[in-house]
Amino acid sequence: MPTVSMTVNGKKVSGEVEGRTLLVQFLRENLRLTGTHVGCDTSQCGACVVHLNGDSVKSCTMLAAQADGAEVTTIEGLADGETLHPMQEAFREHHGLQCGFCTPGMVMSAVDLVKKNPKASEAEIREWLEGNICRCTGYHNIVKAIQHAQTTMSA
Amino acid sequence: MQDGATGIGASVKRVEDKRFLTGKGRYTDDINRPGQVHAYILRSPHAHATIKGMNKAAAEAAPGVIAVFNGEDMEVGSLPCGWQVNNKDGSPMHEPGHPPLARGKVRHVGDQVAVIIAETLEQAKDASDLLAVEYQTHEASIHMDKALGGGPLVHDEIGTNLCYDWEIGDEAEVDKVFAGAAHVTEIDIVNNRLIPNAMEPRAAVGEYDRSDDRYTLYTTSQNPHVIRLLMGAFVLSIPEHKLRVVAPDVGGGFGSKIYHYAEEAIVTWAAPKVGRPIKWTAERSESFISDAHGRDHISHAKMAMDKDGKFLGLKVATKANMGAYLSTFAPCVPTYLYATLLAGVYTTPVIYCNVKAVFTHTVPVDAYRGAGRPEATYLLERLVAKCARETGISQTDIRRKNFIPADAFPYQTPVALQYDSGDYITTLDAAEKAHDVAGFPARKAASEAKGKRRGIGYSTYLEACGIAPSAVVGSLGARAGLYESAEVRVHPTGSVTVFTGSHSHGQGHETTFAQLVSEKLGVPYDAIEISHGDTDKVQFGMGTYGSRSLAVGGVAIDKALDKVIAKAKKIAAHMMEASDEDLEFKDGKFTVAGTDRELSFGEVALSAYVPHNFPHEELEPGLDEKAFYDPLNFTYPGGCHIAEVEVDPETGVVTMERMTAVDDVGRVVNPMIVAGQIHGGLAQGIGQALLEGCVYDDSGQLLTGSYMDYTMPRADNLPSFGVGTESTMCTHNSLGVKGCGEVGAIGSPPAVINALVDALWDVGVRDMPMPATPQTVWNVINSAGTAAAAE
Amino acid sequence: MYDFAYHKPSSVSDAVAALQGAEDGTVIAGGMTLIPTMKQRLAQPSDLIDLSGIGDLKGISVSGGTVTIGAMTTHAAVANSPDVQKAIPALAHLAGHIGDAQVRNRGTIGGSIANNDPTACYPSACLALGATIKTDSREIPAEEFFDGMFSTALEEGEMVVAVSFPVPEKAAYIKFPNPASRYALVGVFVAKTADGVRVAVTGAGEGGVYRASELEGPLSSNFSADAIKDVKLSADGLNSDIHASSAYRAHLVGVMARRAVEAANA
Repeated sequence: MPTVSMTVNGKKVSGEVEGRTLLVQFLRENLRLTGTHVGCDTSQCGACVVHLNGDSVKSCTMLAAQADGAEVTTIEGLADGETLHPMQEAFREHHGLQCGFCTPGMVMSAVDLVKKNPKASEAEIREWLEGNICRCTGYHNIVKAIQHAQTTMSA
Repeated sequence: MQDGATGIGASVKRVEDKRFLTGKGRYTDDINRPGQVHAYILRSPHAHATIKGMNKAAAEAAPGVIAVFNGEDMEVGSLPCGWQVNNKDGSPMHEPGHPPLARGKVRHVGDQVAVIIAETLEQAKDASDLLAVEYQTHEASIHMDKALGGGPLVHDEIGTNLCYDWEIGDEAEVDKVFAGAAHVTEIDIVNNRLIPNAMEPRAAVGEYDRSDDRYTLYTTSQNPHVIRLLMGAFVLSIPEHKLRVVAPDVGGGFGSKIYHYAEEAIVTWAAPKVGRPIKWTAERSESFISDAHGRDHISHAKMAMDKDGKFLGLKVATKANMGAYLSTFAPCVPTYLYATLLAGVYTTPVIYCNVKAVFTHTVPVDAYRGAGRPEATYLLERLVAKCARETGISQTDIRRKNFIPADAFPYQTPVALQYDSGDYITTLDAAEKAHDVAGFPARKAASEAKGKRRGIGYSTYLEACGIAPSAVVGSLGARAGLYESAEVRVHPTGSVTVFTGSHSHGQGHETTFAQLVSEKLGVPYDAIEISHGDTDKVQFGMGTYGSRSLAVGGVAIDKALDKVIAKAKKIAAHMMEASDEDLEFKDGKFTVAGTDRELSFGEVALSAYVPHNFPHEELEPGLDEKAFYDPLNFTYPGGCHIAEVEVDPETGVVTMERMTAVDDVGRVVNPMIVAGQIHGGLAQGIGQALLEGCVYDDSGQLLTGSYMDYTMPRADNLPSFGVGTESTMCTHNSLGVKGCGEVGAIGSPPAVINALVDALWDVGVRDMPMPATPQTVWNVINSAGTAAAAE
Repeated sequence: MYDFAYHKPSSVSDAVAALQGAEDGTVIAGGMTLIPTMKQRLAQPSDLIDLSGIGDLKGISVSGGTVTIGAMTTHAAVANSPDVQKAIPALAHLAGHIGDAQVRNRGTIGGSIANNDPTACYPSACLALGATIKTDSREIPAEEFFDGMFSTALEEGEMVVAVSFPVPEKAAYIKFPNPASRYALVGVFVAKTADGVRVAVTGAGEGGVYRASELEGPLSSNFSADAIKDVKLSADGLNSDIHASSAYRAHLVGVMARRAVEAANA
């Protein structure tokens, strides 16, 4: 069994995994970071999105072994202690979540968007969210939250 | 509403959000019990087959495998159905058995055949390859016409695929009205089958504690007490005091997590057999073939009108797909939740509806957001739009002409329901204004200049929700009452825990219910906790579905709060040596009328638990009150939805340009949450109209079995919505609330399709099926063009 | 997923050796198709050779009218490359619309073309632009590389290391996405090059990506949407499924081709 080591939310971690262990399984089962969710098996829903070396990726569609040596940030690592990240705060302020299941992936994806395209239009935000499916909100308030975070993240 | 207000009417930010936003939510699959093992369910690859044999030996011997069980091993009760519907002749519906693991036959792709329990999920799946099942396959009845037309039987023992043949109304009387009508408009309607797709797949963890002979089931349920009752009493014969069911954070339900599913019984039954807690979590592709599906009606309807377009009578014939087994609520959906809604917002004096429920070799069909009411609304609002076209009356005039007037309430419909309140003209006017209907011609011209077509469509709808009245639903065939319970426990320091039988899986009860408490007791909002989802904590509960949480569960809390205040008044009167009749309670303070004597709620709460000088024969210590609330009637939200679409006639692509909803949901406790509920409902309604459809091939294979083929609404499929409320108060509950969870999904689909027909009317399009995918729209445009050319 | 032995070589030669030494090995690039396929237990390789440790396979260079992209270069890197945006904007646009943002952060050009999914976008660019696929042992013209659905000219144990695209005069790619999966239901890449006009179609053909000669002829003499507006395309040999019949696909090929020509001329 390969041993993998990576930095997750700023902490160095390592563990023995099977070759077939997915990154999301390593996070949820080995590290008990259950904020990252699994909502589909075809790499489409985005509930599992985390940051890998600063880019958003689907942790259900990569092997833990492929993340060996990487910097991983999950939803648990986004806030600064008790202070929510501006994107988390924007989702709360604008009611951008209901059941909360897609939320971790949605927030991680949205943070990546605002980093890469700080002035994205509504259409660009909606297009970026292609890889994140939400069944509760109709996306209306998610879009509003991201638009709000565009201002607070740059502040 | 002032800043910082936390009572009724304030858009208080949600209490639950912080844990969800920081990854601290606790969903069923996040739960890991000591010693836990994993279950994998082997499912039928065939729609209809006889299980000739099964050799478990190789799978049992595979690495990590602890046990393999099949239907012969699991001799337990049948998964029960909660509602009975009677045939026209009064005889009961057919109710075939539904074993948690198939016995003898499999009846749909996805039917549970065996469970493999292993140390890891991967080991269980590896072993499933070694489990040899010998099937003799048979032809299947997938589509309702074949099932009713001599197709193979789903359940041999009942000798028919007709589950029931039900009716409401007087057919002869309605036929007489049609015979004398100036004009009759007819329509054929298919309400497409949908797959609910809550983002959290179903999961269950079963555990048995041999020291106290007690079972615990953690499950993704909208109603843990109902699961405890159904599974304990009917399937596994576990007395309720020995069975705890916990539904922790649940990632969306939309109906699909109401029902008692086989996997819940399997992990609970097997836990003592293997002596370890067992976890099962669905993969999404399993959800597609094991979660109850929704809708799936085929109907023919006709409206009789006088020469002025006034509705005289409505006649409807519907076939409703039940799938292979009767799911928990299934029989009531196309009857009591459908045909009783066919009056809609109109004064149609006579209505007849016949419903034939049909077994097919497909996944069971049950309630999905709206349940019966979207099917009724879609049929009626498509028909009304067609009536307007055929009579030459405008889409709004035909509605205004036939609306139940605002002064006619309470209004008794010809199909059993009595509406308590509503004002349909106000919601229509407000929606037209909010939508900027006046600007539509200019927008249409702009679209046409780009080679596109644009249309506008209306839906003025009504629904019955707050699903409860036990007397009413009992007379309709429900085997349980549908009240709700609440307990308000005031702690010595004045903080409050509310135990509710409602269950939140995204609705924000922890916020809205706390607002009720804050409003009534004046207790600071952060000193209130809402507890739900655990049968060991909450006395009882019927759960959350049918937009009932606030209208039934919230009112139960309100009743318990009244009892708390009454008791607290007695204590305050004793403390201030006054008569409790002289006491007033306002803004969290008890005052003696005409004096300056006052006590805070907190002081009274403390005294309740430090009763040093209580007259104990008259006044018990403590401040903890329970209530059950069983309403007198359903609640009747309604409103107007207006859709505006643009069509690219070259490709058939439809763009949702505008979606406006003005709804009457009764009193609004948290406007932010209400708007969010309506947004979500609209997305599902637009999804049904344009994107989502479940397709089976003739052999019973599900062709839309993953997100590769089943189109989920994504952010770029939808516009920003215009939503508003124009409320009349519910007259029969203390809060005046109606319900908002389903209105978006109920009202919107016909508005979208009516808009699409309007957009393409000039090219000869007269009808449009759902989902109106690009291919479908392109085909319809082509055949309309061909038909026009032939004329 | 069935288990396998995992390898992470640091050079192309080590990767080829690992691949050739495995009983039933396969390379993994971004894994955007391979991992979902393995999760569904539809593939069972004995060994997985991860190419992400080979630095030589990443990167984009432009020289002498050719854009060369390393096999392990992600779609996001191609889409966001100022060099690609300048030299072949249609290629950057194509890469920027593959899958979703997270797929583009992991998925690679080498993985996409070696898999030759009939609904993938890149094969159409390769064919329309006349790309050359460089492997560890030879160079293969795109024309010869794509060899039917999920099939390529790659030999056992051979792997893609880079793709070179000649810079065209004009080009554009328009995708009509499958409403559910968002893969190309029909994708048309048109390119006007020194050698003439080429139109490559993905998503539609039963045999995967193909060149639409019925459109290339008229466009060669007149590179305008009008030139092909009356061309009736046959549905023979096109895919048919619940999302699109072969007739609808044939129609869409024509519409997308016209729109692509308009975009190329814009």
